[in-house]
Amino acid sequence: MPDGAEPVLDVKGLRTVFQTRSGEIHAVNDVSFDLKPGELLGVVGESGSGKSVTMMSLLGLLPSPPADIRGGEVLFAGSDLLKCAPDHLQAVRGAGIGFIFQDPMTSLNPVFTVGYQIMEPLRRHMGMDKAQARQRAQELLELVGIPDAARRLKDFPHQFSGGMRQRVMIAIALACDPKVLIADEPTTALDVTIQAQILELVRDLRQKLGMAIVWITHDLGVIAGIADRVLVMYGGQIVEQGPVGAVFRDPQHPYTRALLTTVPAIRGERTAKLNVIEGQPPIMKAVPAACAFRDRCTMAFDRCGRENPRRIAVSPGHDVACFWDPKTGGARHV
Amino acid sequence: MFDAAPRKLVEVKGLKMYFPITAGIFRRKVGDVKAVDDVSFDILEGETLGLVGESGCGKSTCGRAILRLYDPTEGEVWIGGENIAMAEAADLRRLRPAMQMVFQDPQASLNPRMTVADIIGEPLEEHTKLTRDEKLARVYELMDAVGLNRAFANRYPHAFSGGQRQRIGIARALALNPKFIVCDEPIAALDVSIQAQVVNLLEELQDKFGLTYLFISHDLSMVRHIADRVAVMYLGRIVELAPRDQLFDRPLHPYTEALLSAVPEADPETEANRQRIILKGDVPSPANPPKGCNFCTRCPKVFDLCQRVKPVLREIEPGRHVACHLYETQKETARAGAAPEARKSTQQGEQHET
Repeated sequence: MPDGAEPVLDVKGLRTVFQTRSGEIHAVNDVSFDLKPGELLGVVGESGSGKSVTMMSLLGLLPSPPADIRGGEVLFAGSDLLKCAPDHLQAVRGAGIGFIFQDPMTSLNPVFTVGYQIMEPLRRHMGMDKAQARQRAQELLELVGIPDAARRLKDFPHQFSGGMRQRVMIAIALACDPKVLIADEPTTALDVTIQAQILELVRDLRQKLGMAIVWITHDLGVIAGIADRVLVMYGGQIVEQGPVGAVFRDPQHPYTRALLTTVPAIRGERTAKLNVIEGQPPIMKAVPAACAFRDRCTMAFDRCGRENPRRIAVSPGHDVACFWDPKTGGARHV
Repeated sequence: MFDAAPRKLVEVKGLKMYFPITAGIFRRKVGDVKAVDDVSFDILEGETLGLVGESGCGKSTCGRAILRLYDPTEGEVWIGGENIAMAEAADLRRLRPAMQMVFQDPQASLNPRMTVADIIGEPLEEHTKLTRDEKLARVYELMDAVGLNRAFANRYPHAFSGGQRQRIGIARALALNPKFIVCDEPIAALDVSIQAQVVNLLEELQDKFGLTYLFISHDLSMVRHIADRVAVMYLGRIVELAPRDQLFDRPLHPYTEALLSAVPEADPETEANRQRIILKGDVPSPANPPKGCNFCTRCPKVFDLCQRVKPVLREIEPGRHVACHLYETQKETARAGAAPEARKSTQQGEQHET
């Protein structure tokens, strides 16, 4: 991971709110992060923690209403994606930032051939003619490891298996050589042996193409295997952020610590009883005025209920939003 | 669990569950989807048998066929001395209370128009002659047992979170004091932090009521946590069946080995240095399985015999069953001692012949 390089994507103070019948849901609360060139940034959190909504907000992929982006900046290639014209945003999607969705079954159009769907962004963003686009589409299918690519271009999505469909999705996202690839739970719907194939493919593609990747998942094992840096999200906020080695070796936030022990290990020592995080994830009905995790936190003290902790650095590149200090086992002096 | 002589509670013998494929306007039968193809295993009283495999391998169908939620094509299922697979409808109804099921999707398996008390009380209504007060008392007792607040008894399922809904499903399964519960992916739809809550609850209940579980899951690390013995299924057949620790420490079947190797671990250092076995290709269709071993199209250790003959599940070490030709040839050449070497040389030997 190159240090000190200009980030390719810089997100500052993003806030996204959903208007629902039962009031507002504050799905993303003051989220800031950046992405360095060539870096793989893992984003972990449970469902409802705001990880997908954050990424979809960046590219204006959320329908409005109900979604309402209340504030923040998303700097990409010299412009703020939240304020730019719809045409420009359209050009960025696909060509500048590629997106892979969770479910390969529903994100491909069943009535068009796979070839057509890969050629679509090439013709639209790259100005290729049909023959060029077909040639490139075939190269892309070969790149993502689909055998007999020329023939497979004429097949429809239902003729592909789940893992193969996800490869097609990756091919589409890579079509226009994006600088940034955002992958939203790309392996969650897949079986574990197929997931291993896709992870291997991504490791390989990173070496070949060198784009920056944001990888959203709830599986800490996947993050440990491929990410350089990790963001942990809870209640629409980033509660911990740092290099993957540091976060797994020395987790600071009680939520991160709990997440790491609540999943049983597949190898090594076997735990007799699983650690449990009691309670439920919160539904953010207002801008958080206190720590979102305090009700489930075993370390919580009075300050956690009065004030929402801000992110503070604990070591270079590693920060946490928490008043509790695992080193002293007491309050952090901030 | 091996202290007193353990009694077999469930015995499955040669279970087959085929679904017909029909074609044309007369719905002529043109083939079978062999979802479960000749599966045999036992479950001892009080133990948890984990049944793992990838989607489409037939693990859920197997669980459902055992409880006679499907009519099996062939085979026997003995639960507490009765053959469930062939029982008459009236007998089956009498036997149902002893065997229950917890379903995968707590959203879909609870009737949205019934209150929690009605849902948990429905089995009591069907199978017991309790008075209304007795029934309510039993419902409260069950809610306490699964950690639901009694005050919520008159609420509807939509008012509960995923984890709480799964608790309702578990309480319903417990209502008639069953001996045997099939848990079909009970945690797959839940968030990571909620999964541990439900698994701990299942373990507590097992200790308290002496339950026997068939725990169906694709989550290998959770199966390692909860199961005493583990059966691995691939394309409708059991490829390996062994005590938990032995299976996870030293998988014998090449599929088990690849499956365990594919599970990522939450530790960046081991992940960086770990040797992975990446299987090529996809699972074949169960409507048209390969002629020989079902795994022969993807197996890294395949040799010519595998393409011709289906291996049968046999006990190669005490308690360890494997369906793989690697171990059969090994046994025939009587070199059980030096397992890996023997395996390699057999494999190479086979390749030379071809």
